[in-house]
Amino acid sequence: MADPTKRNDENGRESTSSGDADLSARLKSLDARIEKASAQHGEIQESRTRSSSDASAMGQAFRLSAEFVSGVIAGGIIGYIVDRLFATSPWGLVVCIILGFCAGMLNLLRAAGLAKPARYEQRQKAPKDDN
Amino acid sequence: MASPIEQFQVKPIIPAIGFTNSSLFMLGTAAVIVVGLLFAARKRALVPGRAQSVAEMLHDFVASTLTDATGREGMKFFPFVFSLFMFVLTANLLGMIPGFFTITSQIVVTFALAILVIGTVIVYGFVAHGFHFLGLFAPSGVPGWLLPFITVIEIISFLSRPISLSLRLFANMLAGHIALKVFGGFVVSLGTAGIGIALLSPLPLVMAVGLTALEFLVAGLQAYVFTVLTCIYLNDAVHPGH
Repeated sequence: MADPTKRNDENGRESTSSGDADLSARLKSLDARIEKASAQHGEIQESRTRSSSDASAMGQAFRLSAEFVSGVIAGGIIGYIVDRLFATSPWGLVVCIILGFCAGMLNLLRAAGLAKPARYEQRQKAPKDDN
Repeated sequence: MASPIEQFQVKPIIPAIGFTNSSLFMLGTAAVIVVGLLFAARKRALVPGRAQSVAEMLHDFVASTLTDATGREGMKFFPFVFSLFMFVLTANLLGMIPGFFTITSQIVVTFALAILVIGTVIVYGFVAHGFHFLGLFAPSGVPGWLLPFITVIEIISFLSRPISLSLRLFANMLAGHIALKVFGGFVVSLGTAGIGIALLSPLPLVMAVGLTALEFLVAGLQAYVFTVLTCIYLNDAVHPGH
């Protein structure tokens, strides 16, 4: 609740005409209402997650570890195939396992919601690609 | 005492055609689903009875999961996704009956299911979008010199999907069933160890009861996770790159 009052101070200093003041008052009340609603929503969400946290934490652990391990395994398989096809004996495996490590990290970040999926960025940024 | 991994042994029942206990339980799972759903839908009442409302809830649950992830166009995959969900869920739950074989604890089975999902994504993606589907591997907004690396990493990441999909289901079921068996074994070996130590044997029994409840949760949860991830991957095939 500290944020809207601060913003109110700034608005009060900046607004000069009465219309501006009216608008800033309405904005302030809207801000306060949004704050209240989101705080309530967060509380509900938190209590819901806390009740099932033990079981879902184990599920989360299994999920994340599988994401990471599978990236490394996929890299290893690709490296092995590359080595067999092009007779580049250790190098294909070395390079592909490192790339698989990167892919596993990417999987991990996406599964944890810390990195955006690639498709999301594309939707915002590439109107010319998109036909 | 029985070994905790003895329950996962595949034993031939009719060796001539390679029919094993695993095949028997796969057929059994399919039979339970078909018979159960036919029984539930036999009346087709406007006001559903108990069995029918369970079947309708399962249908609505999978349908809402699918439309949440892929939108309305994804509904053409509904029979596929519903079959997968029902198969994994029923197989997991049948595995919880003592003495039954858990087919989802075999990585061959889960990997076959995951390959089926990814194969559907790749085939449908190319059929519906042609080479535009490959845009999935080249995210925009990446500097030019970095693009080859990112593309290779994205391809490896895509190829790791069937592995992670199968590994997760397999590892959950395997670990849960081994843990149950190990705690069950503790009860027996503590109980026969001597008079003083036998008093401790109810402790692992309590743990085994708790683990059984957890395993039922995991059985449902993993079927759900498998379905949700299937829907997310199908979304890539339905809408690649936007």
